[in-house]
Amino acid sequence: MFSDFDFDVIARSARYLLVDGLGFTLTLTALATAGGVVFGTLLALARLSSLPLLPRVAGLYVNVLRSLPLVLVIFWFYFLVPYIGQWTTGASRPIQVGAFWSALITFTLFEAAYFCEIIRAGIQSIPRGQIAAGQALGLTYAQVTTTIVLPQAFRTMLPVLLTQTIVLFQDTSLVYVISITDLLGAAAKVAQRDGRLVEMYLFAAAIYFVISLTASLLVKRLQARIAIIR
Amino acid sequence: MPMIEIAHVSKWYNPTFQVLKDCTLDVAKGEVVVVCGPSGSGKSTLIKCVNGLEKIDQGTITVDGIRVDAPETNLPKLRARVGMVFQHFELFPHLSVTDNLCLAQMKALGRSRDQAVAKAMALLDRVGLKAHARKFPGQLSGGQQQRVAIARALAMDPIAMLFDEPTSALDPEMIQEVLDVMVDLAREGMTMMVVTHEMGFARSVAHRVVFMDQGEIVEDAPKAEFFGKPRSERAQTFLSRVLVASH
Ligand SMILES: Nc1ncnc2c1ncn2[C@@H]1O[C@H](COP(=O)(O)OP(=O)(O)OP(=O)(O)O)[C@@H](O)[C@H]1O
Ligand SMILES: [Mg+2]
Repeated sequence: MFSDFDFDVIARSARYLLVDGLGFTLTLTALATAGGVVFGTLLALARLSSLPLLPRVAGLYVNVLRSLPLVLVIFWFYFLVPYIGQWTTGASRPIQVGAFWSALITFTLFEAAYFCEIIRAGIQSIPRGQIAAGQALGLTYAQVTTTIVLPQAFRTMLPVLLTQTIVLFQDTSLVYVISITDLLGAAAKVAQRDGRLVEMYLFAAAIYFVISLTASLLVKRLQARIAIIR
Repeated sequence: MPMIEIAHVSKWYNPTFQVLKDCTLDVAKGEVVVVCGPSGSGKSTLIKCVNGLEKIDQGTITVDGIRVDAPETNLPKLRARVGMVFQHFELFPHLSVTDNLCLAQMKALGRSRDQAVAKAMALLDRVGLKAHARKFPGQLSGGQQQRVAIARALAMDPIAMLFDEPTSALDPEMIQEVLDVMVDLAREGMTMMVVTHEMGFARSVAHRVVFMDQGEIVEDAPKAEFFGKPRSERAQTFLSRVLVASH
């Protein structure tokens, strides 16, 4: 049945599909993961802090974002970010940030809510005695956090964080709603142009599958290697 | 002026549970005070109040003339000068033995890495663990870990040392190696407040023994007097029990 298929279309558009499309997908995944982990860590620390109000504000943020479908957030942010930019900088006109920045900001803010919960669990898994020992040595809250709590917490939660990153990698395909050319977008365009829908969507699925599967296998191997000797 | 001065300290964990009841206790410079008492009597809580790991509700605690309970006190700075050793060692499992000893020297005292490592090596040598400097805590026995923990506290050049049941989580055959280090320290004139049921340690180096029960300091006596004949009945009962248990 594959006799009618023209898989040559992949070779002809390889550069566009892999460099422009997949390149964008991977860049967005990497940057949003980095930003999401940093912001997620801050959110987790805020949720666990003993200051008044801060834990509630962070908790509200996390719960709101986790109750919204990502595709809706992407869509809304695309329209809202220019106005938020205008409002925060006091500019006279909405600040056009472009689809890429809009997508990056959205994914960072959205994924931070998920990373926050993972990181919070990681921090809470550190025994209280470790914190007491750090404090007893004269370390400040910030020093205890950065040198004792987070390094141990990240080791414990690295597998879960990477698994969430794989989810993020797949979720980036939702940027189609703001017409960005990611891997799926590129495949869709070639499919339309050359009338090769089945081939292109099979190809895109294969790439997502291979990358996600490889990454999960790597996570499994990593998990065994980074365990702390206790 | 005593090195550690605990005056009329009370603390509640919740409105109905008072864990410390009007505790008063001084530790002079160079003095070794052993604190004992039944489980749940508040010994750990009291010793944690000394370096501000636990807050007090009433009374005052002064260490080397500095009020621990005053809001304006820079607690990290004060704690850097008071060593603490925990029941469960609390070494940092992600750091090597050397790095465990260097971390706070560098972060809290601002020593250079070279200075910190030199100090660490000297102290590891002293507790007999120089050969284990590059290992991780999880690769050491309990007794070795606790000796590293003592060395980690000493690396800060403390003016006093607090011990909270340092040998009670150890296998019996490892207790002595840790007590030996503590005895040496006491003989060198370190100011020490030690929560322990090791009455052998108390007999050989303590100056005073304090007995706590239900949040109260029931007895505070010179060693000879305490072991001779404690005044309170509660201390007598307790003493006869721990002395029997340790033989
Ligand atoms: N964070 C806490 N919240 C509520 N109650 C606590 C807390 N920590 C300790 N307690 C209670 O306070 C009492 C004194 O505890 P503490 O740990 O000071 O006793 P201890 O004399 O050190 O006992 P042990 O010999 O078992 O170590 C106990 O009844 C304990 O259950
Ligand atoms: Mg205790």
